[in-house]
Amino acid sequence: GAWKGGLRFQVSAALKEGRVTPTELCQRCLSLIKSTKFLNAYITVAEETALKQAEESEKRYRRGQPLGVLDGIPIAVKDNFNTAGIETTCASNMLKGYVSPYNATVVQKLLDQGAVLLGKTNLDEFAMGSGSTDGIFGPVRNPWSYSRQYKEKSVPKSHSEDKDANWVITGGSSGGSAAAVSSFTCFAALGSDTGGSTRNPAAHCGVVGLKPTYGLISRHGLIPLVNSMDVPGILTRCVDDAAVVLGSLAGHDPKDSTTIQDNFKPFELPNLTDVSKFLIGIPKEYHAPGLSSEILALWSKAADLFKNAGAKVIEVSLPHTRYSIVCYHVLCTAEVASNMARFDGLEYGHRSDMNKSTESMYAATRREGFNDVVRGRILSGNYFLLKQNYENYFIKAQKVRRLIANDFVKVFRSGVDILLTPTTLSDAVPYMEFIKEDNRTRSTQDDILTQAANMAGLPAINVPTALSERGLPVGLQFIGRSFQEKQLLTVAKWFEKQVKFPTIQLEEVKRHNHGVFQHQKSASFS
Amino acid sequence: AARGCGGVWRRAWQRGGGGCPAPTPRGQRAVSCNARGGAVPAGKSGLAPWVPVVGLEIHAQISSNSKLFSGSQVQFAAPPNSLVSFFDASLPGTLPVLNRRCVEAAVMTGLALNCSINKKSLFDRKHYFYADLPAGYQITQQRVPVAVNGRLSYSLCIDNKMSQMVTKTVRIKQIQLEQDSGKSLHDDTRSQTLVDLNRAGVGLMEVVMEPDMCCGEEAAAAVRELQLILQTLGSSQAVMAEGQLRVDANVSVHHPGEPYGVRTEVKNINSIRFLAKAVDYEIQRQIEELKNGGTILNETRAFDSKLGCTVPMRDKEGKQDYRFMPEPNLPPLILYDAKSLPANMNHQQVVNIDWIHERLPDLPSVKRAKLVEQYGILPEHSFILLNEDGLTEFFENVVKQTQMKPKKVIGWILKDLLSYLKQHSLTVKESPVSPFLLADLLNLLEKKEISSTAAKQVLAELWKGEGKTPLEIVKEKELELIQDQKELEQICQAVIDGQENE
Repeated sequence: GAWKGGLRFQVSAALKEGRVTPTELCQRCLSLIKSTKFLNAYITVAEETALKQAEESEKRYRRGQPLGVLDGIPIAVKDNFNTAGIETTCASNMLKGYVSPYNATVVQKLLDQGAVLLGKTNLDEFAMGSGSTDGIFGPVRNPWSYSRQYKEKSVPKSHSEDKDANWVITGGSSGGSAAAVSSFTCFAALGSDTGGSTRNPAAHCGVVGLKPTYGLISRHGLIPLVNSMDVPGILTRCVDDAAVVLGSLAGHDPKDSTTIQDNFKPFELPNLTDVSKFLIGIPKEYHAPGLSSEILALWSKAADLFKNAGAKVIEVSLPHTRYSIVCYHVLCTAEVASNMARFDGLEYGHRSDMNKSTESMYAATRREGFNDVVRGRILSGNYFLLKQNYENYFIKAQKVRRLIANDFVKVFRSGVDILLTPTTLSDAVPYMEFIKEDNRTRSTQDDILTQAANMAGLPAINVPTALSERGLPVGLQFIGRSFQEKQLLTVAKWFEKQVKFPTIQLEEVKRHNHGVFQHQKSASFS
Repeated sequence: AARGCGGVWRRAWQRGGGGCPAPTPRGQRAVSCNARGGAVPAGKSGLAPWVPVVGLEIHAQISSNSKLFSGSQVQFAAPPNSLVSFFDASLPGTLPVLNRRCVEAAVMTGLALNCSINKKSLFDRKHYFYADLPAGYQITQQRVPVAVNGRLSYSLCIDNKMSQMVTKTVRIKQIQLEQDSGKSLHDDTRSQTLVDLNRAGVGLMEVVMEPDMCCGEEAAAAVRELQLILQTLGSSQAVMAEGQLRVDANVSVHHPGEPYGVRTEVKNINSIRFLAKAVDYEIQRQIEELKNGGTILNETRAFDSKLGCTVPMRDKEGKQDYRFMPEPNLPPLILYDAKSLPANMNHQQVVNIDWIHERLPDLPSVKRAKLVEQYGILPEHSFILLNEDGLTEFFENVVKQTQMKPKKVIGWILKDLLSYLKQHSLTVKESPVSPFLLADLLNLLEKKEISSTAAKQVLAELWKGEGKTPLEIVKEKELELIQDQKELEQICQAVIDGQENE
């Protein structure tokens, strides 16, 4: 339908032709945010500034001078990106009420191109988690929990049970952004991706989730989890939109020394008709323990799809991927321990009333400010960094990371263009199920298919593929060569077109799809 | 390079009175190392000889407009927290961006200290919690510093005699780039700590000197030479009083042939004079301690300049584990030379070692040799000329404008000018007598228009800075030498006549 495949361009065209004004578009999103408040996707809704930005955009359109394809487009940003004048909390008591004096480079770039910032989206505290369940503002609910597709298939176990109890998680940690895009409250959202935090919730929420190559997009202003793996992620409803947003964000930032110097040329994605020149690799190690048979089947089907279209599909091996979890654990916690050291209550953020001594103030501030997950990671990270442990843990983990990255280099050098893997082990699980296990166990399992791409810095994308038997989205992941986003997205777009992933059928969205959006009536929500 | 100075501590000392826990005799240099080198047998007292070992860690603040990793201005004594960028305050999400000028300063310094420059160096995080360290870690170069394996030659005089100078060498282990911390002010009465982050993030070069020195005098001479080099290069203003040069001394003592003793680290040394004092005090304290059957603790001690002794510092929390790890936000620092420089590289993006090497100014040692050669002055005089800021230029300006031989001029510079300035605590730049005036005066002397006694009188007048020329003063005070034979005869006759009349 029209909501899919090039929505961005349709809305852009509608804006340009004056069929809808930026203010109308913004208002529609704001009211949809209100009616889907129960999803808990947003931590902060910046209604006033958003409307002001929309107004400015409207003036530009009236003058016939829009700033580009993003002008007037409502977007949302994960609450671990700094936004000047709008609270940035990381879903943590430590930063509750913190208003940054500056915009993250990616936020600034979006604003400079006229995008309208609706608000900040929910996440796991400091992006540590895979469910978007572990933040101080409560868990994010997956919009698909309320879709007709899911409701039709999920039968309450007993009538006495709360009919709301079956709601499923979004995945994480960028669950708020994924839910926001999935529930149509914004047209694109920024997430962050350290071990899969963009792709995992994208898969569970049925949206496109792109983790670009490390160094392609500035991290300046992204509150770090693991500096050497963090990448701003892009969540959109279709691959074309992701390419547009990527084009507006990518490129060298003098404020981030790890961004590449080369000029980045924004690209439009061709409509591929022939995939026969592509060599698709199927890494056998991604047939991981715990992979649901449903997803396994879908994965094979996708491989067949390529094969049948003339592409060459071969099994490849990434032998060191199985060490990725334990390796990630060491590197992640070490950097977390270091990055979190600045939260001492002195310059900003929470400060405890405890004032017996500076040290006791530090301790109390950090105990009160961080949740157990964050503190647990700080503790283990500091352990790995101790002089006596550094060689045995940190150095070894770095070596393993190199081996993992080299596996990819070898595979790509052998001629493979794109790797095709599942994004998650299963579809989204109900919240009540999810919280039975602790954050660490969950993260360990859930990152397993996505993490290696972060270790190697490679671009990877989740493409929504089909609905599971329970009526929930399932996505597949494409991993490409470093800085070969165009090739990766081109293949992803072709795949997206083949699978025709269904549109979410949400009562709230349906109610809003009137008036100025009549031109998009072709989008079928019923 | 030679290992150690071979000096042996052999002097017997007396117990000193007063508040200090160790025995520095008042008013007398308690320490004198054997500057000629070579072991000296135990003294008459039969004491086993002690070998003191002194190594230095010197932090030199880089002279640059902006900080090491941020665009904030660097300025001494600015209003508190007026030079603090978001990065300096470690606001979440901020990232370091390396200041090219700081890298060049470090490379320059490395080259001047005969170091090998690492074409690839790395940055690390060093973690500790402190109020004036907002990020909870300092970015430094622990694993691979920018420069390694250098040496510094310095000279000192034996037994305080300028005529007996020896040249020594200390090995430079490494030079690393790192961030300075902010400043904490503890207000004990109100039990609060005030933090000033103006200094936080200013670029530092940490110069690590191997323990090749054996007394305070050597340490002081080495630091003085380093200071001159930094100032010549302009890589640091290196003013100790302003904290641009901070010296920590590692001191230990042992018997010859035995392994090094446990060392202490002496901090809080804010002048070169105090450095010599602190090191010597610490050496004596350790020897005394060991002699009395005590042990030396591996501790940090502070030098108390009022009491002239070192005292244990309140240790922050016992032994610190700094939990070093690579700084993930900075790629390796790559330096190039003419050979490795990529052809199409933007010059703003690279630091070329060869380019810097070719543009190094004359270092103090070369300057001294040139002075000796060009003006025929004594080597020790060249040291004095360089030691005083601006004195060489003063001297050379006088020489240019006078017919007097430089060898003679130097006497006026060192004996008259310098002692006057010292007496009145003036710098060379503040001298009331300009090189032009002094040259004018020396020309009168050289042309025998006045006697040297008269010249001193004129100079005494000139110090008053009343704007008179030497000639005017000579006229006013009638100090001219009388060259006219007849006039002289008349004067003599008048004197004789006067005598006879009595």
